[in-house]
Amino acid sequence: MSRDTALVSADWAEQNLETPGLVFVEVDEDTTAYDGGHIPGAIKLDWKKDLQDPVRRDFVNQEQFEALLSERGISNDDTVILYGGNNNWFAAYAYWYFKLYGHEQVRLIDGGRKKWELDARPYSKDVPVREKTSYTAKAPNLEIRAFRDEVVQAIGVKNLVDVRSPDEFAGRLLAPAHLPQEQSQRGGHIPTAISVPWSKAANEDGTFKSDEELAKIYGEAGLDGSKDTIAYCRIGERSSHTWFVLKELLGHENVKNYDGSWTEYGSLIGVPIALGDEPGKA
Amino acid sequence: MTSPATNVAANVAAGCAAPDQSASLPSSVDLAKETVITGIVRNADGEVVGGAYVRLLDGSGEFTAEVVSSPEGVFRFFAAPGSWTVRALSRHGNGELVVDADRGVNEIALDVATV
Repeated sequence: MSRDTALVSADWAEQNLETPGLVFVEVDEDTTAYDGGHIPGAIKLDWKKDLQDPVRRDFVNQEQFEALLSERGISNDDTVILYGGNNNWFAAYAYWYFKLYGHEQVRLIDGGRKKWELDARPYSKDVPVREKTSYTAKAPNLEIRAFRDEVVQAIGVKNLVDVRSPDEFAGRLLAPAHLPQEQSQRGGHIPTAISVPWSKAANEDGTFKSDEELAKIYGEAGLDGSKDTIAYCRIGERSSHTWFVLKELLGHENVKNYDGSWTEYGSLIGVPIALGDEPGKA
Repeated sequence: MTSPATNVAANVAAGCAAPDQSASLPSSVDLAKETVITGIVRNADGEVVGGAYVRLLDGSGEFTAEVVSSPEGVFRFFAAPGSWTVRALSRHGNGELVVDADRGVNEIALDVATV
């Protein structure tokens, strides 16, 4: 994987809005942004309503994903171009999700909605109607998804990358600072995890930093390239952003996203938790 | 009556996307515990700027959070007491301000202009 096969620029996107075989998809938790204006021709996916099971705390399954993409008019051979707000957090999550279910051609628009807005590029309020398809998803690729037991076993063994803000890592905040802080789980981080906030990987306009800058950031933070890596955050979307960087941009082999992340880990009975700014001991 | 199970569901459902920035504070927010930093983004002509990307940087300049200002230019963060920098990027230019926040509501005015 590399930048060429994972990322497109906002310029490229604007020049290819009419190109056949491309489906532009805006992904957010709050889809009012889409409703108020989106990249012309883009359809929307709602992170919560479309990609999460309505009852159990889990993803939609293979059949539900097939039904969703068929209903939205996405074919197996379409190239899906994803973008969104929050510096592409949810678009990166969707990217990971499309990869989990084996979609071949997926790209992120570098910088997402923010870059599009700051460049003063055009929006449309027209909602495109796409012919239904018959989408076939593959079985979930669990080589890119980590579960809790595996995470506990990875303490002191694999690279654990905590991509939340430093205050969340240390246990001083329980959620990102744009959300109320009252939560049920304990604060802190998984012992031996290194702290590399997702934001280190992004420029102020939401675009990704260069491969050289990225390699330096994770190298200096202590990421051991010879080990497997698990990235986590609070609910798994910021860590999708870092998963994208490590796996798709830098081409690391074995990188998993722990989507249960801190809302799961910080609620488990009996697991070790480290407080403060240091990774802590296994 | 709220069961622990629904609390967990609410936390998960709350996700990480920013709540509606134009809404008044939810009644569930306890101002004795929360440190709210809020304000309005305005351009050089004093007009409110909606759609600005407002980011909260901690005392060391590290990114902590980002929200998009409402059509009325309003933004809001839930932080902790201490020194923060609030920085806005917009079609109309950028601007930033240092704020020493205390518990409760901290209101600031943030001006953006092209350099």
